[in-house]
Amino acid sequence: MRTEPGGCCCRRPVRAKDCVANGEVRNGYVRISAATAAAAAGQIHHVTQNGALYKRPFNEGFEETPMLVAVLTYVGYGVLTLFGYLRDFLRHWRIEKCHHATEREEQKDFVSLYQDFENFYTRNLYMRIRDNWNRPICSVPGARVDIMERQSHDYNWSFKYTGNVIKDVINMGSYNYLGFARNTGPCQEAAAKVLEEYGVGVCSTRQEIGNLDKHEELEKLVASFLGVEAAMTYGMGFATNSMNIPALVSKGCLILSDELNHASLVLGARLSGATIRVFKHNNMQSLEKLLKDAIVYGQPRTRRPWKKILILVEGIYSMEGSIVRLPEVIALKKKYKAYLYLDEAHSIGALGPTGRGVVDYFGLDPEDVDIMMGTFTKSFGASGGYIGGKKELIDYLRTHSHSAVYATSLSPPVVEQIITSMKCIMGQDGTTLGPSLLWPLPLQSTGSGHAGPAAMAHGPSRSMACGILPDRGTNPCPLHRQADSQPLCHQRSPSGSFLNCIILCEDVIHCVAMFCSHSI
Amino acid sequence: MATVAEQWVLVEMVQALYEAPAYHLILEGILILWIIRLLFSKTYKLQERSDLTVKEKEELIEEWQPEPLVPPVSKDHPALNYNIVSGPPSHNIVVNGKECINFASFNFLGLLDNPRLKAAALASLKKYGVGTCGPRGFYGTFDVHLDLEDRLAKFMKTEEAIIYSYGFATIASAIPAYSKRGDIVFVDKAACFAIQKGLQASRSDIKLFNHNDMDDLDRLLKEQEIEDQKNPRKARVTRRFIVVEGLYMNTGTICPLPELVKLKYKYKARIFLEESLSFGVLGEHGRGVTEHFGIDIDDIDLISANMENSLASIGGFCCGRSFVIDHQRLSGQGYCFSASLPPLLAAAAIEALNIMEENPDIFAVLKEKCKRIHNALQGISGLKVVGESISPAFHLQLEESTGCRERDVKLLQEIVTQCMDRGIALTQARYLEKEEKYLPPPSIRVVVTVEQTEEELEKAATTISKVAQTVLL
Repeated sequence: MRTEPGGCCCRRPVRAKDCVANGEVRNGYVRISAATAAAAAGQIHHVTQNGALYKRPFNEGFEETPMLVAVLTYVGYGVLTLFGYLRDFLRHWRIEKCHHATEREEQKDFVSLYQDFENFYTRNLYMRIRDNWNRPICSVPGARVDIMERQSHDYNWSFKYTGNVIKDVINMGSYNYLGFARNTGPCQEAAAKVLEEYGVGVCSTRQEIGNLDKHEELEKLVASFLGVEAAMTYGMGFATNSMNIPALVSKGCLILSDELNHASLVLGARLSGATIRVFKHNNMQSLEKLLKDAIVYGQPRTRRPWKKILILVEGIYSMEGSIVRLPEVIALKKKYKAYLYLDEAHSIGALGPTGRGVVDYFGLDPEDVDIMMGTFTKSFGASGGYIGGKKELIDYLRTHSHSAVYATSLSPPVVEQIITSMKCIMGQDGTTLGPSLLWPLPLQSTGSGHAGPAAMAHGPSRSMACGILPDRGTNPCPLHRQADSQPLCHQRSPSGSFLNCIILCEDVIHCVAMFCSHSI
Repeated sequence: MATVAEQWVLVEMVQALYEAPAYHLILEGILILWIIRLLFSKTYKLQERSDLTVKEKEELIEEWQPEPLVPPVSKDHPALNYNIVSGPPSHNIVVNGKECINFASFNFLGLLDNPRLKAAALASLKKYGVGTCGPRGFYGTFDVHLDLEDRLAKFMKTEEAIIYSYGFATIASAIPAYSKRGDIVFVDKAACFAIQKGLQASRSDIKLFNHNDMDDLDRLLKEQEIEDQKNPRKARVTRRFIVVEGLYMNTGTICPLPELVKLKYKYKARIFLEESLSFGVLGEHGRGVTEHFGIDIDDIDLISANMENSLASIGGFCCGRSFVIDHQRLSGQGYCFSASLPPLLAAAAIEALNIMEENPDIFAVLKEKCKRIHNALQGISGLKVVGESISPAFHLQLEESTGCRERDVKLLQEIVTQCMDRGIALTQARYLEKEEKYLPPPSIRVVVTVEQTEEELEKAATTISKVAQTVLL
């Protein structure tokens, strides 16, 4: 039983009847004995931390992939690839019907739009399990959701909607951490009022004539929520990163980016033209080495000193569910005079005793983080992103951010939703609803945490489990890493990052049980 | 020589050794020993070893000073203080406390305060709430999104459409999904910033041709053809794209699409058409520049537009044949890695499409109004009109620049401020001066909407004329 970083010890999760203990693999063929299970459990890496910087113990454990599972996964991919070549051959010689769309007759002699191999994966591997993604829903993405039933009669090449709706599925797949995505209640009423008054669109950019009084109000509120001097908001979370990082750094600067950073951070870093160096995930030794080498040796070849060094980290990494080692990063940043860009897309509203994010969680000073970025999509049930920091930073972004000059501003009802939900979390709406939403999250995520049902599953069986589960009343979503650098991904659902605080405890237990009974 | 070599026998070699003079043997021995020593000795370094000691490294770390995170911005930077709009940015807009008629928002069809749109969005809000809480792949696909994609595809008469949650991200994600490193893209010099960012993200070879100059494009394509003949293997895997806008944001001109289609088939390049301004404006039914010129839509490989202008919503879409569009569902970064469009915005867009389909005569009305104000603004002393007569968003540039961009910007800002004082809301066209490849000259953007009455158009023309005379003298 791990000590919860909040200081409270939580009850050991109740295991349902068929559930396996951590470290065991049960697939009907191999059952690891108790001794090796204990040894496997010992393989959970407890990464040591720099004790002096952490006010409370910080334990993160990640399971190692068992050797058998790893080998079988690769074998599985190999088999699928062989079959893929066979099917391509059959399709080419028209023995098998070709389901996917092809180029027009008039353009057949153009250079082909897709390289053959680019689409090999899509045609032959992804198509088999395609039904696990893009499932349409037709209700609020709350604790329970209605999924539209769809069937495929040609092995996932095309889908038909039967018209039925699978009602009341336990939702373990939406990023609705605090339950603000709802169609009733004060947020929705406020948003409805603003919609009536302001309409839906804005039709202009912030610098031209799209800056509404609502936007100014929101920005002041965000600044006070985060505890920073000023803030600026943008229409899309992804675009916040990809359009503002290029405004902050340019050629001659260095970006140190975590291995598992989100695609938007990677795109923003690439578009900026700065040099990018990647450090191992959450590994402070790797980061320190890179910082030292960067300052001592300067730019490659010319040896000129770097203009600026920017460290890109996220609050919670959506791919692993790990939390950044913020005290250590800040200590390093101060020692080496680098700047810190913290992307709190998942952690804002969800971490910390007052919901102020990972800075609050570690009890640190928001002024230590140079650029605090986050999105409103997850905890606030809206859309858009923000950047908070010192006034000079925000003034600069107001004049030089790509989004302020060329992209439309946030829609007014969405702004109102953010304002209302933020005020609720801060307790400024006169109720205690906000704080009451925050406390169950750590309990629930321990209840199902990494150790238990983040079941290792290789490709086919994982998605088979996902295929069955909506029919059994719960809807996890398999992680699909396109780069496929790590074919052994955790099954995402109950790893804490998708938990909706309004989900009932019984539902969580039910999900965990379902999961265990379907994983290998 | 060969025969001599055959006769060489080991015994004879040893005999030769005995018979050689002593000094010869000693010399040879010394040379052999010297060679062995050279082979095994360490290499001779001309410079001292360049490894730094730990102390030196620490000193370097101490000494290094980074630049400040952001350079200071002066208080009177023209873009620092935004205009604050109180209330909805509709036809009658309150900017900085002054009531004005809106000639600055891209609300071409006047749908921003349309009650039907508001009602549809409200119904969606009551059903789904505001946010979708997930990307399209993970339970962020709502039936509203599928409906909207279906409707857009039917409206544009293409096979498929795909929607994005942000207009800027639409073309900026679409281009890198198809064009990769090593591919060639021919793009107009006046392309908007979103296209430039998409091209930068794609890492392809960019070839710029003069604005709307088909001869220049022909020349570039021909040069590329000659290059291809030199290296046919490489040419067989290099994709070619032409990226143009239907109605250019920076110049208000329309691209010559028929010639482009001819060039497409001649040189086998694919066309990507950005129709943010022309969707819902050009063409008999508002289908854009393809309808305007009467071109078969299947000839255009990808049409991308944002829903933030004519449809008065937020977001963007791409439409085209399934063969092309389906690829973006896995490769479009802004589609896969971002939360989906809030359903109320999608519902508003569907309603806007309904209105467009029910009232096809608004497009003709809009064209009329554009022509009217275009004519009325001709001949203003000091300002010239830049843009086509049927373009609803055109520019007013200084006839004679003062020589310094800052001063030009100040003059135009003065005109804009005085117009706002007199009840006409205008705006300067904003650019990022250091980031644009071909920075357009400073200008005032005038936007025409169907809601503007004839009197208002007249008033605008006379106001601008008077103010220009006062300011520019």
